[in-house]
Amino acid sequence: MTWKKLLIPLAGVPLILLLAYGFRTDPKAIPSPLVQKAAPDFVLQAYGGVGISLADLRGKPVVLNFWASWCYPACYEEAPLLELTWKKFKDQGLVVVGVDIQDKEPNAREFIQRFGFTFANAPDPGSKVSIDYGVYGVPETFFIDRQGRIVYKHVGALPPELIETQVQSLLKGT
Amino acid sequence: MVATATTGVTRVRWGAAWLTVGIALACWGAASALAATNVELDDRVREIASELRCVVCQNLSVADSPSDLAREMRALVREQVKQGKSGEEIQSYFVSRYGEYVLLSPPKRGFNLLVWGLPFLAVVAGGGVVYLVARRWTGQAPATAAAVDPMYVERVRRDLEEREGH
Repeated sequence: MTWKKLLIPLAGVPLILLLAYGFRTDPKAIPSPLVQKAAPDFVLQAYGGVGISLADLRGKPVVLNFWASWCYPACYEEAPLLELTWKKFKDQGLVVVGVDIQDKEPNAREFIQRFGFTFANAPDPGSKVSIDYGVYGVPETFFIDRQGRIVYKHVGALPPELIETQVQSLLKGT
Repeated sequence: MVATATTGVTRVRWGAAWLTVGIALACWGAASALAATNVELDDRVREIASELRCVVCQNLSVADSPSDLAREMRALVREQVKQGKSGEEIQSYFVSRYGEYVLLSPPKRGFNLLVWGLPFLAVVAGGGVVYLVARRWTGQAPATAAAVDPMYVERVRRDLEEREGH
């Protein structure tokens, strides 16, 4: 008789374990399958007129940032940081590329001017590059090492410490 | 001489008429064939897109979402269908970019099997519980009947007898 009384609470154990597992994972965190994989190649035409090809950047660490002028406030928060990081590390070989997604050209140009971007920024016609990188919102930033491998992906505005440490470790890599 | 010339002209006219009809028919045939392939392509794109999650709107499929990104994704699906890629190939492309999150129905393997199996398991287990409880209740029914004081049973029986007697 005692084992029957125990059976009912025991039946709840797997359910509690399942719920414990479910509640400890963040349903909003969507791990990118691209991390630790080769960064998909792309060729884009920058607003300045220059062509950017990822294949040509092999051997250099790349910070690939997806933004849009309508992405307020996150993109506006991190924009000065991107420019600052680029200026600080460009002499050490760092490349920063901005991909502007689903934007209107005048608004995008205004954004670029507002933050005085001196690194290359390109529109993404048909969102092809964005989809190829599994982008689902802006801003998203990919850190690509010298071998063209994505080592880290960040969703949302970049915290200053994060971009600094990621770039430092990219530059250290051979 | 004049008559033959007239028949010649008539013949040419008829020929031109038939040619026009022929061209018109050919055009109509080609147009409907093109429309058919377009409809087929649209259906195919819709079929594949309806299995993909619109990543910016959580609960809508790429086929149903009015968002810009979903529109671009539909265009990409269409392009890949035109390139002759199969539904699975297109799906695995999106999975390789967005992860399994992009699929509206989780694939039936591994840990995901819980999602597919648990509801049925719960129904079976619930049915078992209902059966056991129902059996206990029906089993208890005679016991409650027996709990009635025999004195009252006797009295009711006597009263009934009296009624029938009169």
